[in-house]
Formats: sequence, C-alpha cells, structure tokens
Amino acid sequence: MGTTDTTESTKPRTEEVGWETKVRYFLNSDLVRSSPYWGIPFLLMGIAVYGGIGFNTAISLTDARGLGAPDYSLSNLDFEMYTQVLGSSAFLSAAQNNLVLLVVFTTVCLLLGLFLAILLDQGIRYNNTVQTIYLLPMALSFVITAQVWLWMYNYDFGVMNIITRAIGIGPVDWIGNPSIALGSVIFALIWQFSGYTMVVYLAGLRSLPDDQFEAAHVDGASTLKTYIRIIIPQMKEASVSAAVVLMVFALKAFTFLYALTGRYRPPNGTDILATLMVRQAFKLGKWAYSAAIATYLLILALGVIAPYLYYQYRQGSL
Amino acid sequence: MASSSSDQTFDVASLVEDYSLYRISQYVLVILFIGFFLAPLETGIMTAFKTNRAVAETIPLMPPLAEGFTLDNMMFAFNALSGAFFNSLFMAIPATIGSVLFGSMAAYGLTMVDWRGQLGVLVLFLIGIFLPYQAVLVPLARFWNNIFPLASMVEPLFVALPILQGYHANLVPLMITHIAYGIPICTILFRSYYQGLPTSYVEAAKIDGASITKIYRRIILPISKPMFGVVFIYQFTQIYNEFLFAFTLITGSDTPEAVVTLILPAVGASTSGVDFGIRMSAAFLAALPTLIIYVAFAEQFAEGLKTDA
Repeated sequence: MGTTDTTESTKPRTEEVGWETKVRYFLNSDLVRSSPYWGIPFLLMGIAVYGGIGFNTAISLTDARGLGAPDYSLSNLDFEMYTQVLGSSAFLSAAQNNLVLLVVFTTVCLLLGLFLAILLDQGIRYNNTVQTIYLLPMALSFVITAQVWLWMYNYDFGVMNIITRAIGIGPVDWIGNPSIALGSVIFALIWQFSGYTMVVYLAGLRSLPDDQFEAAHVDGASTLKTYIRIIIPQMKEASVSAAVVLMVFALKAFTFLYALTGRYRPPNGTDILATLMVRQAFKLGKWAYSAAIATYLLILALGVIAPYLYYQYRQGSL
Repeated sequence: MASSSSDQTFDVASLVEDYSLYRISQYVLVILFIGFFLAPLETGIMTAFKTNRAVAETIPLMPPLAEGFTLDNMMFAFNALSGAFFNSLFMAIPATIGSVLFGSMAAYGLTMVDWRGQLGVLVLFLIGIFLPYQAVLVPLARFWNNIFPLASMVEPLFVALPILQGYHANLVPLMITHIAYGIPICTILFRSYYQGLPTSYVEAAKIDGASITKIYRRIILPISKPMFGVVFIYQFTQIYNEFLFAFTLITGSDTPEAVVTLILPAVGASTSGVDFGIRMSAAFLAALPTLIIYVAFAEQFAEGLKTDA
C-alpha cells in the first residue's frame, strides 16, 4: 500500500509546503467535519450494497424455499446449493447463452461504436444532431425497446420479415425459433447500445491532438492506415471502460428478455443467468437456490470489475 | 471506406472528384445509420396510430392513411397507463433528488478533503455501480416484506393525505431502494466533476476560516449547478426506466401502485396474442417523458454517459 500514499498526497499538498502544522490541523478537523458528508451516503449505500450481499450469501447457505423463514442455525449452513446449481443443466445452458451474449454483444458494440465514432469525427455537418439520433435508443427503457423489437420481429407483419421476404429468404421466426432467438436479442441490444460506445469513443477521439493526423498525412499515410496504426491504438482506455460497462450489462440483462414475453420464462434459447435467477426466486420460491445463482453472478461480475479497477489504479486514474 | 488517396500524382481534377465521392459515401453511411437507429422507433409510432385493419394490411414503416388512422389505441393506452404515470413520477422524482443530493455530498467529502483510506471507500462505491442487482434481490424482498414492512407502517399516513391513496405507500420502499442504489453512480459522476474544479477557491476559503459546511453551500453548490443538471437528468431517466426493483418490490402489473415499466409488457395482451396497435401506443406514451427530457437535454445526457465510463 506504499504507493497509495504517494498518489493521494501529491496533488493537494504541493500548494501548502511549509504549512506543516496548519495543514495537519486542517486535515484532522476536515476529516471529522466532513464525515457527515460522505458518511451518511456511504452508510446508506453500504447497508444496501454490502449488507445486501452479505444477507444474500447467508440465505444461499441455508435451504430456504417457499413461505417459511430461512433457518440460520449453524448445522443448517452448507454449500449444498452451490453444488446443486452447478450440477443443473438449466444453469449450464443459461451460462452458455450468457457467455455467447457477453462475447458477441460486447465485440460488435465496440466495433460498431468505433466505426460510428470515426465516421462522425470526419467533420460531418450537424454531427451533434446525428450523435443525438444515434444515442436516442439508449435513453429508452428496455421495457419499451423490447416492445418495439417484438413488433419489428413479428412473424406476419414485422419489418424484419418484410425485408427477408423482399430478399427472397422468406419469413423467419426471429423470436420463436430457439436457434435464432438469442441472435435476434443480441441484434436488438446492439441497436440500443452502439450509440453509447460511439459516445465513449468520440470523447476519446476528440481528446487526441489534431497534429498526429496531419503528420501522418504529410508522411503519405492513407486515412485508413492512419486510423489503424496511430489512432485506434490510442483508444485502448476508452475500449476497456466501454467493454467493462457492456460486459457487466450482459451479465445482469434481465429486463429486455422479461419484457419480450411478459413472463418469467424468456423466449426459448435465450435464458441467461439473470433470468434463471429471478425465475427460481420469485416464481418458484427457491430462495436459497436462487441466492446461490446470484452469488455466482456476482463473482462473474467481480471477475470483470476487479481487473478493471486494478488497471485504473495502476494508471493513476482512480 | 478509404478508397482513394493512394494516388500520389497532382491531378487536381481527380483529387476533387475523389474527395467528393469519399465525402458522399460518408454522408450516405451517416444517413443509412440514421435509418437503422430510427426505423424501429418510427414503425412503433406509426403502428400506434393505425386501426387494426391498417396494422395488418399496410407496411409498418408507412404512416397511417385516411381510413387507417385512429386515436382509439392511444386513448385506450392512456387510460391503462394514467395511474401508472402518477406512480412513476411520484416515486422517481423524490428518489432522483435524494440520490443526487447524497451523491453530491459524498463526492464533496471524498474529493475536497484529503485523508487516508479514501481510495478504499472509493472502490466500495465503484463496485456499487457495477453490482448485478440480482445479487441483492432476495434480501431486498425479504427486508421490505418481512423484516421492515415500511409500506404497511406508513399506509395510514398516506390514507390521511389528500391526492394520495393508501396503496401509494407501497412505493416508498421502492423510492428508498432507488436512492440507496443510486448513490454510487451519482457520487462518481460528481467526483469526476469536482476533481476538475480549481482547488484555489476551496483553499482560499479554508484559509479564511470557512467551515466545511459553508464551503459546500457557498462555493461548491453554486459552481456545480451544471453538473446537477447532468446528474439529475441521467438519474431520473435511469429510475423512470428501471424495471427490476419495481418488479421485485411491487406485487404485480395489475396492482394500483404499479409503475409504468411494470404495466407496459401486459398492455394489449390477450389470449389471441398481442394487439400491437395498443401495445405500441402504450410504449410511445411510456417513452414520452424520457423522450422529452432527452430531446431537450441531449448534451447533458451524453455527458452523463461519458463520465460514467
């Protein structure tokens, strides 16, 4: 933890060199006096987040189901639910779907977002208005976009099947066919999120100095080459932070899938960990079992967040 | 995309032509993507104003024509959602104000004051942003239903109040839940803003002997007005659009206290399938508050998302 101290103290203290005693006085009184400011929100958040996680873990160790209160007596606590979850085929297929969703959704969103950001960075007229339009789906609730896509994917009258009929493929059962449904869901989610990755990349592109681009041009590099060789490698930080947000979303995505059917069971072939967990808990009342699924989800999410936070910390941007 | 510029000769005419072709293809792409992002929304809005016959017989992208036009679906959807609109706003506005204020306070405490262990507290806030809410759902349901049934405690109070009904009390736990889980993101948004502020104001005020509270009220609050706008818009949209907490804490879509997002997946559904005229009308109405905010404050919304990352 030696490095922690240096990163913390360099910024504000440099201005106050020589004021040692007064600084110390300020620090002491500030810490105490500022505590209501960060303390109250921290307490409320701490109870909700970490109290909630602790409570969830406790329930997951019991055998609680149905109406009765969980039995927390020591003899009753074990990891049985965790092994039971791992052994169930529903969990494994949900995990597999979740992995496909996570990888495909994140990759395509990043690529499309980068492409759109570069496109809008070419000095397009009205580029603020265009950006607003591209980002519009992101302002809508998943409940709403799910309804809109349900209509787009409608077998008889939907736009997607008007297109497929025009091309000559014939109507496709976008949501009813289990081998296509997950792809349809991913496509709709990409539609909703690529505006977001575009905004993140645009912020990155606009923070770059213009002269790099000009220098590359003077050297005779083509636009495409300049982007691949010089600009895109500098988008690493933007890519990492956008990827983390997208991956965590892919893990907890529930609303869109629920809203497609309005029932606990999402379309066949699209069951993911989040939908499985909510169904086991609130439809079937298997509290301990679903709490164990939730713990697995939390561990997966932490597996994404922890390296990211460490990376941010190493970059000194925390 | 980059089809040209490999030719190094100085032929002005071909350069101009190349350039404009390149330019045209850029604009074509921009317009194609505008179509890609707007078409699903456009079909929804068009369908909302069509009669059932027009829904079945016309292309969804086409606007409703004379006979195919109707406001009936809109009226039906409005009646189905009107109570829910009140519930959503009644819950979302105080929840937004609460989490934004707490977030600003926490960010102030964490950036303006220098003390050890801050980084640890910050990391705990950051994990709170990314937390998959599934990990706290079962405890949340148990807490508000069995351990601390706040809704039934405050119900008599709500019965006595004008405008409100007893069932609105069920929205109070949801409100508090949103405040608590909204604090981390609001804190981080404000923190990134406060870090960019010049420290000289605060230092000067400290030397003048101003207290922490005075610095917050007299200096930080006034200069963070624009950021309050950003966070407020972002957070209101999030809470209004949210589904999972509402789904967990409110018993069903047919209860009088249900919020908009909870009712929408059930509107216009019958045994014979979904009536898309009604469903799209309801979706359009449900989207309206966030759409208005988004169109009016698009920049602030984009700002919120950017800092989020």
